[in-house]
Amino acid sequence: MSTIFQAVTKNRPQDRLFKVLRDVMSSPSGAIGLSLVVFHLVLAVTSPFIVPFDYREISSLLMLQGPSFEHWFGNDHLGRDIFSRTLLGGREAILITGIATPIAVVWGSFIGIFFGLVGGRIDEFAMRIVDAFLSLPWILKMLVLIVTFGTGMGVLIPTLAFFYGIPVIRIARAATHDVVARDFISAAKARGHGRIAIIRHELLPNVLDTLMVEGAMRWSWMLLAFSSLSFLGFGASPPTPDWGLMIADARGFMSFAPWGVLAPVVFLSSLIIGINLTADALAKALGIDRIQKAPV
Amino acid sequence: MNGDNKPLIEIRDLSIGYFNSAKQLLPILRNIDLSIQAGETVGLVGESGSGKSTLALAMMGYLSNPLKVLTGSTSFRNQSTFDLSARELEKIRGGELALIPQNAGQALTPTQRIGRQISESLKLHSKVTEADRPARVLELLTQVRLPDPMTLVNRYPHELSGGQQQRVAVAMALAGEPDALLLDEPTTGLDVTTQAHVLELLRDLAKETGTAMVYVSHDLGAIARVCDRVVVMYAGEIVLDGTVRQVLLKPVHPYARSLLASIPKLREASLPAALDGRPPAPGDVGNGCAFVERCTMAEDRCATERPILQVTKAGERVRCHLFEKVEKLAAPGPGSAVERSLISPAAEVLVLDNIAISYTTRGILDQILGRQPNDTPTVDDISIVIRKGETIGLVGESGSGKSTILKAIAGLIPIRSGSITYNGNEQLKASVDQRSKDQLRRIQLIFQNPDDSLNPRQTVAEILAQPLRLYFGLSSQELHDRSVEILERVRLGGHYLDRLPSQLSGGEKQRVAVARAFIAEPELVLCDEVTSALDVSVQAAVLELLNRLQREFGTTYIFVSHDLAVVRALADRVALLYQGRLCETGPAADVYSLPSHPYTEVLLGAVLEPDPDLVPVLSADDIVELSPMPVGCAFQRRCPRRVGDICDTQTPPWQQLNDEHLIRCHIPHRELRKLQTVQVS
Repeated sequence: MSTIFQAVTKNRPQDRLFKVLRDVMSSPSGAIGLSLVVFHLVLAVTSPFIVPFDYREISSLLMLQGPSFEHWFGNDHLGRDIFSRTLLGGREAILITGIATPIAVVWGSFIGIFFGLVGGRIDEFAMRIVDAFLSLPWILKMLVLIVTFGTGMGVLIPTLAFFYGIPVIRIARAATHDVVARDFISAAKARGHGRIAIIRHELLPNVLDTLMVEGAMRWSWMLLAFSSLSFLGFGASPPTPDWGLMIADARGFMSFAPWGVLAPVVFLSSLIIGINLTADALAKALGIDRIQKAPV
Repeated sequence: MNGDNKPLIEIRDLSIGYFNSAKQLLPILRNIDLSIQAGETVGLVGESGSGKSTLALAMMGYLSNPLKVLTGSTSFRNQSTFDLSARELEKIRGGELALIPQNAGQALTPTQRIGRQISESLKLHSKVTEADRPARVLELLTQVRLPDPMTLVNRYPHELSGGQQQRVAVAMALAGEPDALLLDEPTTGLDVTTQAHVLELLRDLAKETGTAMVYVSHDLGAIARVCDRVVVMYAGEIVLDGTVRQVLLKPVHPYARSLLASIPKLREASLPAALDGRPPAPGDVGNGCAFVERCTMAEDRCATERPILQVTKAGERVRCHLFEKVEKLAAPGPGSAVERSLISPAAEVLVLDNIAISYTTRGILDQILGRQPNDTPTVDDISIVIRKGETIGLVGESGSGKSTILKAIAGLIPIRSGSITYNGNEQLKASVDQRSKDQLRRIQLIFQNPDDSLNPRQTVAEILAQPLRLYFGLSSQELHDRSVEILERVRLGGHYLDRLPSQLSGGEKQRVAVARAFIAEPELVLCDEVTSALDVSVQAAVLELLNRLQREFGTTYIFVSHDLAVVRALADRVALLYQGRLCETGPAADVYSLPSHPYTEVLLGAVLEPDPDLVPVLSADDIVELSPMPVGCAFQRRCPRRVGDICDTQTPPWQQLNDEHLIRCHIPHRELRKLQTVQVS
């Protein structure tokens, strides 16, 4: 008989996880992406212990100084060390989006799967509401809430989680539609399993891959949104070091002190690029065609 | 064109393979030698994975992505196809060498009218001037026997039936007046009658135009009808090459013999002999013969020494050490007689009484007013009695409502009217939610395609655990023991528990699906086209399994299939459906003999069998009806024996031919007997 299958002894869930991770790391773009993401996460945790200067330390002597041996990335308009501030600048963004993303994916998936299963007219009607939400410019929707309730984590996390959960509804619904039409769902229905059991055992394992990739993509969008809010003055509040805020502060001096903008821009974009590359490699490793599967 | 005796397509020692992720070389084709003369019709046959499609595409100089040519070459008219530039290949493909793909419906551009698509082929592959093109398009459509070409040119592909789409694909291929046509499973997926019509057309075209045709197919019945020569492939090798009569009537290779024996025959009520095991995966073939593990005649040297392609006295090429021994064997005899379970005539398991099913959903206003939509239901007037331990076959073409009836019995589709009575006294509620757990357990469903009916994320253990937990509340050790027991019953064994469906072959997957149904200890099993997604040799094994399980458990089957021969192998009684209406019911032996309902006659006449001497009888058009007729006989539009207006206006009465054999037709059965000529049994 065939020898190919003799190596198979167990199919534990963690085996699949390792295999997917290995596949992600085996492609150059996936390896670069994942390394960037891991680098940023490690930095976010360790940066308070490794920064050479206090991020609040103002010095009139060092105002808008260029990069030097002591201050690697130069100093900003208040003479603060840009290197230290850049290293610390991702912490709040990563923390807030790191909490908001899972919330967005979970609630969006829950609603999406529900409507995907129900189908019919109710589903059509609900999707038009979703469309209406999606058609508004995102920054407008968010500013309304933030201006009403104020800034701070307590407002930012729910706001981001709410608005970024809406596109997840569409993805989860589309993925559910694909699976619901298949015979193993009919088989489970014909056996007499309850709706919850069908979702748990038959449906969820098959849409989880799509949701995972979608979650990664949402995270990168959310990071960009948070930085934009900070840039506009509605995200992180001074003197907290934050990339968006730093870019906003330094942009007036960009013509003669470009280092103030350059360092946070490079860090922010490297994280976002890293997440995107990882999401792409993940989709490939999981066998999802993102171009086909993304209706929004 | 080809004045000298050089072959049109010549393949020399061709091997094609790819490297897997572990950098091991896995060959798909191994040392293929084949030449095809101008005007010849050749069939490439083999089971899935035998490399037949790869070989056909290689003839066009096409290799799908990871594949590489390892040795040898292919040439078309003395030009080595793999050495040609992309531009030179473009000229040959579609023009001199055209491909007709398996699913013509998907190969046609959905947004272009038929006329434009064909004239585009003319523009690319022929010298017909722009002014002459419209006339040539009509000529081509007439040539492929499409009715009313003038209106057809303005149609879109989705407005045509499957058979018509296939004909348009043929017309497009003929536009370049090719020297050779490659047809990849040209009739797979079409209905029996449509398939027979398309094949007759292709046969006539081959004669009219003198085009060489290469058929890639797993269907030996279709091959028997259209090919002069048959090449049998196994595990990437040619194992037998001879004329259609040599290969199909007296094959000299053990694999071809077993393959033929595994095909159910319309004229025999017996289970075909299954071919055990499965073909080796690429890279798994040892030093010996590729077929050695499944061969019943294998000797020691077969395992160590690879046979070469030898030429027999009769001119066939065969790859077997023992072909002289095989030659002396008698022609493959009838299959093993079926040990039929005894039917206890009294006990009725299921009674369907005047069932009607409609897919039309009621509008909100109808729901409020409690109105029923007054359209013609998809399935209507179905009354069938199913007795304990018997197998009843529901037969019909696509759209006949046979799967719909199964789903209604399973509670997945609501019925509009009528009743389903279980075990004589229990009324089965229409929906799964309203049925008791015990009722659900006693009726189990097996689906057509195990790729779709097994959850790809669950291991075999998890798949089998679902019904055990639900119906018996079992857990841990007992659950494991029961799973192992049922796996052994379906000849798989406990070591399959940890595998995922993707790690199983098609036949193994369907065995798991069968195990999942039987682990619930059902009384009635609904089989929905359970073998149509499988290879013939695997199909025989699954039929054998179903028959054995029926005897062991005393199960009752409702067996739905479009394949009359498969139903013949298994069914005690048969019910024929057309457009959701019953035409004929009765014991299998009676239904498969005359006189019969005109629709049964049409179906029986169109069945193709692997015997070049049998000619199909095409008595009705192969038009596809989209909805049933509201009044009169369901078969009125296609019936070759129409008597007149009475067929359109009055529902025909049931005529009783004997005890159980019923026909629904206006023509008295004595008269039908005189009219009907199809030779069946």
